[in-house]
Amino acid sequence: MKLKELKANYLSNPINLGIGGTVQLGFIYAAKNNFDVAIQMDGDGQHPPSELHKLMEPLLNNKADVIIGSRFIDKEGFQSSVLRRFGIDYFSKLNKYLTGVSIKDSTSGYRAYNKSAIKELIKYYPDEYPEPEAIIYLTNKKLTIMEVPVIMNERVAGVSSIRRFTSIYYMVKVSLNTLFLHLKMKTNG
Amino acid sequence: MDKIQIIAIVAVLFFLGLIARFIIKGKLRTEYSIIWILMGVMFLVFSVWRKSLDLLANFFGVYYAPSLIFIFFFFMIFIFLIHLSVVNSKQHEQIKKLAQEIALLKGEKGNPEEKAI
Repeated sequence: MKLKELKANYLSNPINLGIGGTVQLGFIYAAKNNFDVAIQMDGDGQHPPSELHKLMEPLLNNKADVIIGSRFIDKEGFQSSVLRRFGIDYFSKLNKYLTGVSIKDSTSGYRAYNKSAIKELIKYYPDEYPEPEAIIYLTNKKLTIMEVPVIMNERVAGVSSIRRFTSIYYMVKVSLNTLFLHLKMKTNG
Repeated sequence: MDKIQIIAIVAVLFFLGLIARFIIKGKLRTEYSIIWILMGVMFLVFSVWRKSLDLLANFFGVYYAPSLIFIFFFFMIFIFLIHLSVVNSKQHEQIKKLAQEIALLKGEKGNPEEKAI
């Protein structure tokens, strides 16, 4: 209802595609309309739009193809729970081990992409818990990723897509996905 | 012919008939029925010609002939289940693509109040 009151353009999936398929839909929309930039931002209040310029500036100055807003560079604002930070750190280390690229806030969904990144993301985007895996994918596609400090808030509505962050399933699934994606891309290019 | 042989033959024929019926009614695609038909025919051979199992067991050096049946069908079912998982994954991708296309088309037609693009 609110969406309609705002008179904003929006797309809605006929069936629930989960976070990955839905975010990818945004990239497909951006590519179809030849957008220069795609912004990915949580709608639950975690990502203040007032911080967006911090992502846009380096992107528009061609500092990197993908800019990720990070909570952990300046350690300001909402820092998440200890267990979540442990998980985020684990995926960050796994990514660094596999690709050599170090992204501290590996699960941050506050991201800005340029045209070449959008072009790759419409080909592949993970279905579930996509953020850490997307870093591996984009790095293997030879895109540059830059992390900039942003201040995030605690979410005011809704729940995280990573509901049981500590659950073995999440860790195993994302680890497996990450490893297999990396192997696949190393062998197929 | 032993009683058990007759029971086995009837059961297998019933099974094959069921598969055939599913294919004819369009409830089962032929590519997924091949493995079931093959398994049915194998069972039919074993039940009509009982010695065949012993011969086969002898050939493979299996001491207890019926265990050959278990290992064989276990293996077949295992392979088929993996195949189904692959099919399932493929359909998952296809459904996702379809849903995304529909969402885009709905968006192009315009949201109720306003043109989308």
